[in-house]
Amino acid sequence: MSALRPLVILAGLLALWQAVVWSSGVAPYILPGPASVAEVLAQRWTSLLRHAGVTVAEVVLGLGFGTILGVASATLIASFRPMRRWLLPVLVVSQAIPVFALAPILTLWLGYGIASKVAMATLIIYFPVTSAFFDGLRRTEPGWIDLARTMNGGRLRTLLRLRVPAALPALASGLRVATAVAPIGAVVGEWVGASAGLGYLMLHANARMQVDVMFAALFVLGLFAVGLYFAVDRTLRWAIPWQPEEHA
Amino acid sequence: MEHYGKAPAVRIQGARLAYGGHLLFDKLNLEIPAARTTCLLGPSGVGKTSLLRLVAGLAADSEGTVADAAGRPLDGRIAYMAQQDLLLPWLSALDNVLIGSRLRGETVGEAERRRAHDLLVRVGLGGRTDARPAALSGGMRQRVALARTLMEDRPVVLMDEPFSGLDAITRYELQALAAEVLTGRTVLVVTHDPLEALRLGHRLLVLAGRPAVLDDSVQPPDDAPPRDAARQDVLALQARLLDRLSLALEATR
Repeated sequence: MSALRPLVILAGLLALWQAVVWSSGVAPYILPGPASVAEVLAQRWTSLLRHAGVTVAEVVLGLGFGTILGVASATLIASFRPMRRWLLPVLVVSQAIPVFALAPILTLWLGYGIASKVAMATLIIYFPVTSAFFDGLRRTEPGWIDLARTMNGGRLRTLLRLRVPAALPALASGLRVATAVAPIGAVVGEWVGASAGLGYLMLHANARMQVDVMFAALFVLGLFAVGLYFAVDRTLRWAIPWQPEEHA
Repeated sequence: MEHYGKAPAVRIQGARLAYGGHLLFDKLNLEIPAARTTCLLGPSGVGKTSLLRLVAGLAADSEGTVADAAGRPLDGRIAYMAQQDLLLPWLSALDNVLIGSRLRGETVGEAERRRAHDLLVRVGLGGRTDARPAALSGGMRQRVALARTLMEDRPVVLMDEPFSGLDAITRYELQALAAEVLTGRTVLVVTHDPLEALRLGHRLLVLAGRPAVLDDSVQPPDDAPPRDAARQDVLALQARLLDRLSLALEATR
């Protein structure tokens, strides 16, 4: 039953959608029915898939770079006290300036290709990853630190063998948030200026009043975003089995 | 059979600790006899754990000198066992026993692994060396912590209520095991449990008052621990110790 539940929910939503379209008599260029969106999906799936590939590549690369940057920053901030004073303001600024405001500048600097979108996705996940991992590193069980001290453990080894693994569950929560928000960065980047990607496709379709194409692109984007989230979530659960289980 | 250096006496001089505006203890002197188990009792909040942490070199905010009888510092000669097992959840029992070597950057080869394995066998966990802590019971986890303490092979062992989180039967078993495997080392045990002190200790100390002072008016029988809890003399001493502890509680309020 639990495996069927998402399908039942999806079918319910589609039925509701179709019901709204029929009963309200709204024009198809405002809200197309699921049937006409499905038709677009069937006709243009190669093109949709090609654009989706670009967006997914941007999201995955952004996740990779953002994670590397965030983990490195958090480790530096947590291990060297003087670094805290220099890096924490940078971290706050990176979050305080909306990524949306930076998008035109990034496009100007990095061009209409994939690089500016990867930079956007990287920027948007940098803060959640860094702050989650930093929090984890800061909250190492004090008893473990005491134990390492009585064992004459080295500072670097205590960091690598004790504090980093202890902070991995916190990093995992940061990565889950990052996976959910990274597509925002990529799509916003594509809206500002791009030659491919689902965001680009949506903008283009919007200009030509092809609302059914917009919905089809949105559907594909949602599908990939949810798929990516579950893939990341599964991988993290498998790789970090000692994280406290969430209780339903 | 054991490789650790000769167990030294531990001499604490001029220990002083203030906490939250109160002076917990001041100018406290204490000598812990070599190769004997000393049990430290007293009401909650009197400063037992602080005293233990001072000996362990973990107390940043207290004063006092800690040395052996010859006045040499104890650095590198102390192993510490806390109330929580402090096992790392991502490591197997065997790797938890080996964590000290890894934190010091020592090579962990076949010989070390075999020694860790033998220690786990000795604490009764020979069949569970690959188990993660989450798969072990509280008593088993504290056994792993005991094996980890033995792996460190230090002549001085400090224990802060090591068995207080366990059920009565498991605690009883572990007391006997600890007394057996720690024989020959200088051990300081902080405990709330008078019976535990009488089972494990060669010497008993009660910390009481504000600022706290040490009292040694009740001492265990003159034989080797672990003592049977059902013995008449042990039970009689437990009654006396309880009286002493309720006086201590009055004095500390």
